[in-house]
Amino acid sequence: MFPSRFRYEAPRSLDEAISLMHNGGDYVKVLAGGQSLVPLMKLRFASPELVVDINNVPGLAYHRTDPDGSLHIGALCRHADLEHSDLLKTTQPTMASAAPLIADPIVRNRGTLVGSLCHADPQGDWASVVLALGGAVVARGPRGTRAIPLADFVTGPFQNVLDPDEIVVEAVIPAAKGIRSGGYLKLERRVGDFATVGVAVAVETTGENVTRAGIALTGVGGSTIGATAAADALVGRPLTVMSIGQAADLAAEVARPRTDHRGSAEYKRHMVRTFVQRILSRAEAAQERAA
Amino acid sequence: MTIVYEDHDDEAATDVPVRRIKFSINGKKMVAEVEPRLLLAHLIRRGLGLTGTHMGCDTTNCGACTVLVDGRAVKSCTMLAVQADGHEISTVEGLATASELHPLQEGFKEEHGLQCGFCTPGMMMAAKALLEANPDPTEEDVRWALSGNLCRCTGYQNIVKSVLWAAEKLRS
Repeated sequence: MFPSRFRYEAPRSLDEAISLMHNGGDYVKVLAGGQSLVPLMKLRFASPELVVDINNVPGLAYHRTDPDGSLHIGALCRHADLEHSDLLKTTQPTMASAAPLIADPIVRNRGTLVGSLCHADPQGDWASVVLALGGAVVARGPRGTRAIPLADFVTGPFQNVLDPDEIVVEAVIPAAKGIRSGGYLKLERRVGDFATVGVAVAVETTGENVTRAGIALTGVGGSTIGATAAADALVGRPLTVMSIGQAADLAAEVARPRTDHRGSAEYKRHMVRTFVQRILSRAEAAQERAA
Repeated sequence: MTIVYEDHDDEAATDVPVRRIKFSINGKKMVAEVEPRLLLAHLIRRGLGLTGTHMGCDTTNCGACTVLVDGRAVKSCTMLAVQADGHEISTVEGLATASELHPLQEGFKEEHGLQCGFCTPGMMMAAKALLEANPDPTEEDVRWALSGNLCRCTGYQNIVKSVLWAAEKLRS
């Protein structure tokens, strides 16, 4: 297989990339890691007229914490960079547990977190993680720069709110309001398969009480699902068997799984409940050990 | 070099853009003229005639087409050849010298790490990247590093043993 014909540009600056996007015609795609776009182009599900390869744009491969505590992940930061990141291991438990579960090790060498968010695959893992953490993407275009919360970014399967001439330059995770805990669990038939079910949980606690919580679900609906009611049930009180059970039930309720070759709808809903419970119970046990 | 595809009369052949790229393959400097849609795997196999890099699934799953780009393992069916511009590519043909096998090749021979051999080049290239980053891997490290490469024959046991054999040889 090979893609249909397209024009290819590899700009050396962001301004040049945006101008190419702006003047590039009706169907322009940004190429970063290419681990979703190139397969789609080979299958002819995507046939862009122009591909703007941003791999030669300097200064996009970073991930760093700013003085205000927010985490910034540049458009060329690869999954493998995040998998091996000490920064994530020490400050971002949910992201650190998700990074090694993305695709397979070779795909992780090229694929990017920002690309995964833009691709907006309902079975994409990072979207759930970033949604649970209350993150946003920063888009730049000819009319300037805007931050778009991830909750507003994805509009459906493989669809986002970007204008055709906008490029996402980074993803941002806001600073924690308390001590972070949580994780990402993924049920997959084998390494590299899409998630049968994925659950991201991000909790922040101050003293005994949960001050912020986010729960998001992968692969159990037409897009990434934010389980807001489930997360809200955790806030304002300590993690207990009761509150954990309540959040797990509420998360399972908002899942919209479909029966397919990966499992029955019932099984997938059950796994959502189990994963929420498992991540939160581990977080609670860790807190007890620390206390 | 441009690779010529079969003409199915479904695309306008006029105005085909071709780009000149410079890259190195197994240490040898090359220049090629490629259509942007040419895949790196096709450049390697059809353009350069290096057919040790295998095309298995063609859908980014199996890892048979794994090569190293600047030392990092990459599935060459999922990278455009034009993106190799300015980069160093290593394929399985670069492992052995004229007189001796690479320890990884020796390991696969000693530990019976292949049956049909189709996945082997990808396995060895992924293993090469692992051993360069981690010369003393555990069995778990090897299994983790090769989890993006599928083998339908061996059950993986002997592949893992082969890589551990090579690691030991490289350390001594």
